[in-house]
Amino acid sequence: MTDALLSPAVDPDGAPFWEYAARGELRVQACTPCGELRFPPRPCCPHCHSFDSEWRPMSGRGTIWSYVVPHPPLLPAYAAQAPYNAVIVELADAPRIRLVGNVVASADAALDSVDPARLRIGARVRVAFGKLPDGTTVPRWLLERP
Amino acid sequence: MPGLKDATAIVGIGQTEFAKQLTASEKELACRAILAALDDAGIDPSEVDGFASYTMEETDEVEVAKAVGVGDLTFFSKVGFGGGGSCATVGHLASAIATGQASVGVAWRSRKRGSGPRPWKNTTVQLPTPAQWTRPFGLLRPADEIGMLARRYMHEYGATRDHLFNVALACRNRANQNPAAMMHERPLTRDMYMNARWISEPLCLFDNCLETDGALACVIVSAERARDCRRKPVYVHSAAQGLPAQHHGMVNYWNDDPLTGPAWTAARHLWKQADFGPEDVDVAQIYDAFTPLIPLSLEGYGFCGRGEGAAFTEGGALESGGRLPINTGGGGLSEAYVHGFNLINEGVKQLRGTSTAQVPNASTCLVTAGEGVPTSALLLRS
Repeated sequence: MTDALLSPAVDPDGAPFWEYAARGELRVQACTPCGELRFPPRPCCPHCHSFDSEWRPMSGRGTIWSYVVPHPPLLPAYAAQAPYNAVIVELADAPRIRLVGNVVASADAALDSVDPARLRIGARVRVAFGKLPDGTTVPRWLLERP
Repeated sequence: MPGLKDATAIVGIGQTEFAKQLTASEKELACRAILAALDDAGIDPSEVDGFASYTMEETDEVEVAKAVGVGDLTFFSKVGFGGGGSCATVGHLASAIATGQASVGVAWRSRKRGSGPRPWKNTTVQLPTPAQWTRPFGLLRPADEIGMLARRYMHEYGATRDHLFNVALACRNRANQNPAAMMHERPLTRDMYMNARWISEPLCLFDNCLETDGALACVIVSAERARDCRRKPVYVHSAAQGLPAQHHGMVNYWNDDPLTGPAWTAARHLWKQADFGPEDVDVAQIYDAFTPLIPLSLEGYGFCGRGEGAAFTEGGALESGGRLPINTGGGGLSEAYVHGFNLINEGVKQLRGTSTAQVPNASTCLVTAGEGVPTSALLLRS
């Protein structure tokens, strides 16, 4: 299955993230008793050790913390779109919660649909939800000032 | 409490040829390197009772033990996290020997990375965090993962591609002096570097380590036993591992300060146990799967302040005769990439006085494992 973009290997801790994404919501796991956000999701809170958690909605706004532009050799589906960008987005609502993703021209556009020269650290982005061929919904990112 | 400090010594080193493609199997290469190391030490294989290697090592203890004819093994361990485990193989054996669990330890790494499959192409066996949160977005290879930290580092501290070139050049220059290095006859120029093809911007071809077939091994015994061995002992002065709180592996993007990596944790423990500090290190072998790991490690191990690692590389500081000569055999960038084991053996050569780029009268050497993953380090002294 290396001829398609990879789908997330969803585990029990991360499943709610993808379920909310499928509904067009960006949510991050938070500890119920102490309120501390955590990412990637995990079974218990590293601060207060509670196993109770909830999924808090985010505004979907953030800034580019860093990015790379991969060139081949790559898996075939990625090589077909290379060079493309991969970015780390720091969420505006939650500094230090950073999501890896791609800046695209529109939700379902290709990974190389934005000229990498337009990217810079600190650029503001907002979330959009794109679909992979297998139906999985993943967050993508649009430049606030394209 | 009897400690680890100078309680054990590396008394034998061995290696195979390094090449893009060797015909021998990984098992055969491992056996050849181990037997060469034991021969170098003047110790018969039947005396070996301790083994250590990497979890990623494909040759297992049973197969290697029966092939080279070691005695009864009473200690064997494997260390995780790829190149982060290199120095810990020696550290584990030193601990075992210092506490009486073994008397003659052998550490090794054998790998056909040059002719074998590219590990990142295997999409069925994946670490859980990258498989869910980073790989689907096209962050497929270690170069992509470290490239993220490299660009952020360049942005925060004004580091440039010239700084990364300084690292690549120092390693290449030392390889040009080392007949065993894969890049022995291949000089590097700034033009070649600046015009090289990209792998993952901001990293180009020369920011990446080599792809190598080859194996290395070393032999560790107690300091007492070391005095009777064939070679000048190289003492394990201090050893440390480091997995920092809230660290996430090579995709360390989710803590307060992703640029403070495992090197900082390993370094604190390493120096705490040592009789000397960074300013007393004569030569260093710093894990160089990617050029940006050098400035990050220089900061982590205390050779300069936070954010000063790139500037540290200026003015030939990493070259022979510079402030801190590094990777004197050529390192992973230009000698061979065998998950950092060649850095251990090169450290031993420096303290024996037999390196092909010998630092005059070197008596202390820092050896580090992969930064950016749970790591390890050694301080060696003669």
